[in-house]
Amino acid sequence: MPVSFTVNGQATSLTLDPRVTLLDALREHMALTGSKKGCDHGQCGACTVMVNGQRINSCLTLAVMHEGDEVTTIEGLGSPENLHPMQAAFVKHDGFQCGYCTPGQICSSVAVLKEIEAGIPSHVTADLDQVAFSDAEVRERMSGNICRCAAYPNIVAAIRDVHDHA
Amino acid sequence: MEFTQAAGPNPLDAGRVVTKPIDRIDGPLKVSGRAPYAYEYHQDFPNAAYGFVLGSSVPKGRIASLDTKAAEAMPGVLLVLTHANTPKMSDEGEHNAPQLQGAEIKQYEQAVAFVVAETFEQARAAARAVKVTYTEAKGAYDLAAVQDKGEPVKSAPDSTVGDFDKAFSAAPVTVDVTYTTPDQSHAMMEPHASVAKWDGDKLTVYTANQMIHWAHDGIAGTLGIPKTKVRVQSAYVGGGFGSKLFIYSDPILAAVAAQKLGRPVKVALTRPQIFNHTNHRPATIQRIRLGAGPDGRITAMGHDTVSGNQEGGEVENAADQTKLLYAGENRLIRTRLSELDLPKGGAMRAPGEAVGLLALECAMDELAEKTGVDPVELRIRNDIQYDPEKGPSRSFSSRHLVECLRTGAERFGWSKRAAKPGTVRDGQWLVGMGVASGFRGNLVMPSGARVKLDREGVVTVETQMTDIGTGSYTILGQVAAEMMGLPIEKVRVKLGDSDFPLSSGSGGSWGANSASAGVFAACEALRDAVAQKAGFNTKDVTFADGNVASGGRSRSLAEVAGPDGVTVEAKAEFGDLTKKFAQASFAGHFCEVGVDAHTGEIRVRRMLSVCSAGRIINPKTSRNQCLGGMTMGIGAALMEEQVVDERFGGFINHDLAEYVVPVHADIPDLDVVFLDETDDKSSWIKAKGVGELGICGVGAAVANAVYNATGIRIRDYPLTLDKLLPRLPTA
Ligand code: FES
Ligand code: FES
Repeated sequence: MPVSFTVNGQATSLTLDPRVTLLDALREHMALTGSKKGCDHGQCGACTVMVNGQRINSCLTLAVMHEGDEVTTIEGLGSPENLHPMQAAFVKHDGFQCGYCTPGQICSSVAVLKEIEAGIPSHVTADLDQVAFSDAEVRERMSGNICRCAAYPNIVAAIRDVHDHA
Repeated sequence: MEFTQAAGPNPLDAGRVVTKPIDRIDGPLKVSGRAPYAYEYHQDFPNAAYGFVLGSSVPKGRIASLDTKAAEAMPGVLLVLTHANTPKMSDEGEHNAPQLQGAEIKQYEQAVAFVVAETFEQARAAARAVKVTYTEAKGAYDLAAVQDKGEPVKSAPDSTVGDFDKAFSAAPVTVDVTYTTPDQSHAMMEPHASVAKWDGDKLTVYTANQMIHWAHDGIAGTLGIPKTKVRVQSAYVGGGFGSKLFIYSDPILAAVAAQKLGRPVKVALTRPQIFNHTNHRPATIQRIRLGAGPDGRITAMGHDTVSGNQEGGEVENAADQTKLLYAGENRLIRTRLSELDLPKGGAMRAPGEAVGLLALECAMDELAEKTGVDPVELRIRNDIQYDPEKGPSRSFSSRHLVECLRTGAERFGWSKRAAKPGTVRDGQWLVGMGVASGFRGNLVMPSGARVKLDREGVVTVETQMTDIGTGSYTILGQVAAEMMGLPIEKVRVKLGDSDFPLSSGSGGSWGANSASAGVFAACEALRDAVAQKAGFNTKDVTFADGNVASGGRSRSLAEVAGPDGVTVEAKAEFGDLTKKFAQASFAGHFCEVGVDAHTGEIRVRRMLSVCSAGRIINPKTSRNQCLGGMTMGIGAALMEEQVVDERFGGFINHDLAEYVVPVHADIPDLDVVFLDETDDKSSWIKAKGVGELGICGVGAAVANAVYNATGIRIRDYPLTLDKLLPRLPTA
C-alpha cells in the first residue's frame, strides 16, 4: 500500500505491506534506527516517537495509518554535533547506560514537558486545575519507558535540568 | 605483562583524568540515536533477508511431524530451515550452540524451524504456517519437588570448618530459616539479535554479545569452521546482565541461512521468545542456620542452597558469599544442584550473591532481633579481616565493610530507626528501615589491547572489550589518556570486534578492572616505544600535555609519532594474587520503605548504598552502575518472578507487561557513596568491580525494611502484597 508522511521535516512516500508498523517503517524501510524495538508490544517505550506533536509507541501503530502525519524521531531532535537540549542533558546527567531505551526516553521527556505545560493532568496530579512540574509528575509520566539499566534518577535529573533552564 | 605482586606507584595515581566524573564519550551517539546496535547495520548488510525463529511449544519430547510446505509457499519466503535440512553442527566447545540438529526437544521455545523471507512480516507470518506436532515426554519443573535430589557440584565445593552441628545445638541463640528466591529474567532492553553475511568462505556476524571471544569460539566451533574465517562484532550492546554472555540460535541460524541463500540474513528474537528461549537466573531454596552468643557473635554459620538446571547446566552458587562474609569458627556451607527440564539457567547480574544475600542478610536481621543487637552493630561485630575457612594466612586484599556500614548509618540517620517493628506511622503508611551488607567476589581475567599513536597526537585504543552500558568506552579512554598525558578528547576507543586483541569481555564485574589493566599494559609498551623513538632514556620520562619529556628536553607526541605512527599491543595477565588474598568489593545498603496499612502496597522511600570497590575510575559511570544494581535489587525484592507453568514446562509471564521490572514511578532518588580507597592487589588499576555490587544485598535491605515497618517476615521472594495483606495489622 502506498503511504506518504513527513519524517523529521522530510516528505516521504513509501509502498508498504499493510502489516508494517510505523516503527519498522522507520527502522527497516528508512534506515532510521534511532527508534528502538524493545518489545514490539507497547510494553517498553523504546519505540517512542512524536506524531503530530504527541508521543506514541510506534510499534503499536501501522505505518499506513499515518497518511499525511508529521513524525519526529530521535534523529529529528538533534545530531551528535548539534544535540537537542534534552539530549545534551541526558549526556551531562548520565541518563543512560546501554543507550537502547534512550531515544524513547528522550522523545518521551520532551513530550512530557509539553504535556505538563499544556496542563494535562496525570495519575499523581492532586488538583486537576493545577498541573505543575514536579519529580513525581515526571516519574509517573515517564513510567511507560522502561530502562532496565535503570538510570532513572539521572533521567529525572536531566528532565528537571531542562525544565529549570527552559 | 603479568600482575604478580601488589601494584606500586604508577602514572594512574596522578588522577588527572582517571577518577574524574567525565561524561561518556559514546554519549552523543547514543542520545542522538546514531549508535548502531546489532540489528541496525543497513549499510554493511545491504539486501539482508529477514529470519524468524519458530520455537517449540513443548518443553521436552520429540518432534513427531513437521510440515513446511504451506510456509514455503507463502509470499516472499526464501528458505525454511528445520532439522531435516540443516547442516551438522558441533556441540563440543564450551560456547557452542548447535541448532536444529534433530527431533529431540529439551527446552520450551527451543528453535524447531527458521523461516527466512524478503521481509520481517512475511517471515513472521510464514513461521506461523509451519505445522509441528510433538510427542511429549514427562519432565520435572518444580524445584521444591526435586530439592532433596540435589547433587554436589565441583564449582561450589562444601565448606566444612570445626563442628557445625555441635556448635549450632550448643548456641544460646539460633536462627533456622528457609528462604526461597524465584527464577528471574535479565530483561535487558535490546533483544538478542544477529546479522550474518558471507564473503566467499569468510563469515561476518554482528551480534548482541558481551563476550566477543566466547561468541567467536562458539560461532566458529558450532559451524565447524576455523576462527580465522569468522569475524564477530558487537560495538554497541543494549544491555546484557549476563544474558549476552552466551550465544543462542540467532547468530547460528542467520549464518547458516546466509550461506545457503548467498545473501545476508538478520534476525532478532521476539520479546516473548527471549524469556524461554535464552537463559535466566535459576530459583533457589536456601536454608540458613546461625548459632550465636547473646552478644550476637556467630559461632555456627550454616547455609544450604539448592537450585535446578538442565543436565550439564551450572548451579546458582547462592552460598558462596557466606564462605567469606562473616566470622564463625564452625561452618557448614553446601551448594546442591537438582535436574530440572525448565529452560536452561545461567548467569544473571551477580550470580550467587544476588540471591544468596537475599537469604543471608535477612537471616542476619532475624538474628539481630533475637539477640537484641542492632542490625548494623551485629554485622560489625561479626566482621572478619581474613578468609574464615582458610584462616589468617589468607587475608582480604582490602575490606572496608565496617566503614561502609558506619558511614551509611550516619548518613542515612539509622539511629532514628525504631527497633520494635510496626511502630512508626506516617499517615496511611507504616514506615520502616532496613540494612544489609553487600559483597561481591572480585574476579580478574586476562585482557589485551592495541594502542596506536598517530601523527595528530591522537591515541586509538582497540580491544575486543564490550560496552554493555557499563562505560567501557569512557573508562578505557580515561586510562589511556592518563597514561599518555593526553586529554580525553585526544583518545579514541574502538571496541567489540574479534579482529582486535582478545579481552576480558563484560561479565562478573571483571571488565572495568581487567580491560583497563590491558589498556594500561599496552600504554606502558607505548610509552616505552615512544620514549625510544624520541631518543630518550626509557626510565626517566614524563608524559604530560601531549608531550614526552626527559632531562629538560620535550617533544610533542604528534611529532614523535611521525607519519607512520607508533602501534603496540600488550596483554594483562594475572598471577595468583586472587588466590593468596581474598578479594571482594563491599557495600552497606540502607533502605526506608512505606507500606500502605490498608493495601499492603510497598514503596521504597529512600535508599543509600555506601560502596567500597577500590579505585573508582569514573564516579559518574560507576554511580550509574550502582543505581542500576540497586534498582534491580528492588525489583528482586518486590516484583520480579518468572512464574513456572508446569503444564507447559516454561515461564508463563514471558513479556515485559507480565514479568514486572521497576519503572520510573517505583524508584526515588537513590544515594550512592564510594569510599575513597585503592586496592593494590587487584591490578595496576587498583580498582574492583561495581557493576554487580549494587544488586548484592540491596533486596535484603528492602525486605528488612518491610519487616521493620510491619513486623511481617516474608521468606518467599518477591514480597508482593498478596503475601503481606492477610497478615497486616488491622488498625
Ligand atoms: S517496542 Fe514499542 S513499546 Fe516496546
Ligand atoms: S540505558 Fe539501557 S535500558 Fe536504559
